[in-house]
Amino acid sequence: MSKEKIVLCDDLADVMPPEYHELVENATYGDQDRGWKDIGSSKELIEQHSLCAGCPESIAFRYILASLPAPEDTVFVGSTGCTSLVFPHVAVHNIHSLFGNQNAIASGLKRTLKSRFPGVEKDVVVLAGDGATVDIGLDMTMQSWFRQEKFTTICFDNELYANTGGQESGLMQKGFVAKMAPKGKNFEKVRLAEIAREAGCAYVAVLTVSKPNRVEQVIKNAVLVAREIGPTFVQLYTPCILEIGKQSMEGLDEMKDSEQIGGRFVQKEYITDEAQKLLDSIKEETKIRKKAAKEAKKLVNA
Amino acid sequence: MNKQVELKNRKIIASQHVKLGQKNKMGQTYTDVNDIFYKAKQTANFMTGSEVIRAAIKVASVGTSVAYPITPQSEAAALIGELYAEGYVDEYFRGESEFAVMGQCAGSAFGGHRVFTTTAGPGTLRAMENFPMWAGSRLPIQVCVTCRGINSPLSIQPDTLEMHYLLETGMLVWHAETAQDLFDYILKGFIVAEQPDVHVPIAVCCDGFFVTHTKDTVDLPPEDLCLTPYDPYRNPQPVMDMETAPIRMMRDPFVMKSNYISYATHASWQQEVKAAVERSRKHTIPLLDGLIDEENTDREILIVGSGTAVSQSREAIRLLEAEGIKVGLVKIKTIRPFPYEEIRRATKNAKHIFVPEFNVAGWLAREIKANIPDNERVYVGPHVAGGMTMPSEVIVEEIKKHLGMEVAARGTLG
Repeated sequence: MSKEKIVLCDDLADVMPPEYHELVENATYGDQDRGWKDIGSSKELIEQHSLCAGCPESIAFRYILASLPAPEDTVFVGSTGCTSLVFPHVAVHNIHSLFGNQNAIASGLKRTLKSRFPGVEKDVVVLAGDGATVDIGLDMTMQSWFRQEKFTTICFDNELYANTGGQESGLMQKGFVAKMAPKGKNFEKVRLAEIAREAGCAYVAVLTVSKPNRVEQVIKNAVLVAREIGPTFVQLYTPCILEIGKQSMEGLDEMKDSEQIGGRFVQKEYITDEAQKLLDSIKEETKIRKKAAKEAKKLVNA
Repeated sequence: MNKQVELKNRKIIASQHVKLGQKNKMGQTYTDVNDIFYKAKQTANFMTGSEVIRAAIKVASVGTSVAYPITPQSEAAALIGELYAEGYVDEYFRGESEFAVMGQCAGSAFGGHRVFTTTAGPGTLRAMENFPMWAGSRLPIQVCVTCRGINSPLSIQPDTLEMHYLLETGMLVWHAETAQDLFDYILKGFIVAEQPDVHVPIAVCCDGFFVTHTKDTVDLPPEDLCLTPYDPYRNPQPVMDMETAPIRMMRDPFVMKSNYISYATHASWQQEVKAAVERSRKHTIPLLDGLIDEENTDREILIVGSGTAVSQSREAIRLLEAEGIKVGLVKIKTIRPFPYEEIRRATKNAKHIFVPEFNVAGWLAREIKANIPDNERVYVGPHVAGGMTMPSEVIVEEIKKHLGMEVAARGTLG
């Protein structure tokens, strides 16, 4: 979609909600260099959220939406859970269908968009919780990787089923006492990043959402590698402060603690050689483009 | 609801697709469905039901088909793969389970493709969660259901019990009697399901093996014609392709339980899906020449059936006629929408109504009983299950027994 399609009809402009006016006038669709730094100075693609106060998922949503390389040509696929309460507020097409089938939906969708728009890159991004990705949907998550489906899977890992009230999930830590694990979880946190690497993902990243610049880089890498090479996977720690007994102000500290050396979420990436080569060339191109733009600006000013 | 639609000189709204009359990459000409069936010369072919599915999809301008093996639809699903390799289908792959396949079909339909898949028996039940999701999302996907047993112990035999489970999914459900029906219903099914005022999924059902694995004579239109493509922008909902402006859809997601408007929205949406199924009648009646076929419905004894039970009944009627017992016949073509008015009218003279079925539940008899006056006239049977065949003699015997007539003793084993 070109940005020109997001316009206001003059006759109806006065009845359109103010947030839509802002979207038309001040969103960053089509801006090649969009990123987390636009937050606060441009219209965000998330209007508001219906999550708990202080939920790290809400900030993760904002960073991801600010970091998509081409939101004007991106379609999200969600799943059931806390994230499905947020998607209705997002100004990017998104699908919710069932619990756990998100990577199946994305497989059909990506192939169809490729077939219908042969000359255009339409990015498909799955965003689902750990229950959807690892437990009920693991078959479809992995099968899409085996088939080398060209889209990005993002997992909001809060280490439990948050929306249903804090039950044990496969990504929960061993020993954690939760609903449905009354004596503590008795097996290890599933090593999803390693599974993703072995199942054929060209780019895998695990991190928390404590640092927006890191989230931006990882999301851009994942989407761009998925476009050109194959499946990519990003696992983001978005702790459920409610269910782990924290206050709404403590989400950031929880994430920072978990990414310390020896923590569960020390940032790591698995990148295939082919993906690394692509990312290096994109980095180089961006550098040249930015330098040229800077020089052009200098000339104009002179 | 249930208004009669005058048939005379009425055909389905002609396609106005921009590609009408143009050629596709395979050299086929995009042609209006009315012209394919009513103007083009039809040629007789002798082929299996699986080959009929292939023949229909070859001229159906299908965007995506997703396959998964399960008897008795595996052959048809693989034949569609051949069409993909030849270039007649844009996208095709094998999914990992029926649950996943129906999700992959949904993804393709959300993205704007015409989508076709096939399943059977346990596959239909494994996929089941997807069907109301398809209907609620208004995706006009077509699934061809080649019915087989769903019980344990394991069975691959024909049995129509799975259709019972499909009745309240919000899909159109059509039941083909013959290979010819199967061909016609697949192509016409796309057109009806994709009408903007319908736009719900469709299950075209046939009885496994009896239809899929037997050969029959089928009249086919020329292969150089094909259906006009699906136009995703005639969808009552936005296509998920970011070609229309995105906007926040709602302030409070409908899943929020404390919100009264959530209940109201869900209730009215369910009613709207049901209404969309009913609205399909006006498109279906001219294309299928009515939701039912009638033969001698002025008679006191009637058989009402669907699928291959109708073929067996025709033969039973011939046998009874030889004994001087006159029986009329009603063939039901669409189970959803159910032909309430048509059945009431066709059965108004009948004193005895028999409903032969290939399932243990007798779901078709229940539907009829629930919709006609004086329903003690309906005899729930004969029915067979578990893959048994229903010889015409069984229908004859059961009718005679019920009417208090003498039945010749059958031979015993040994």
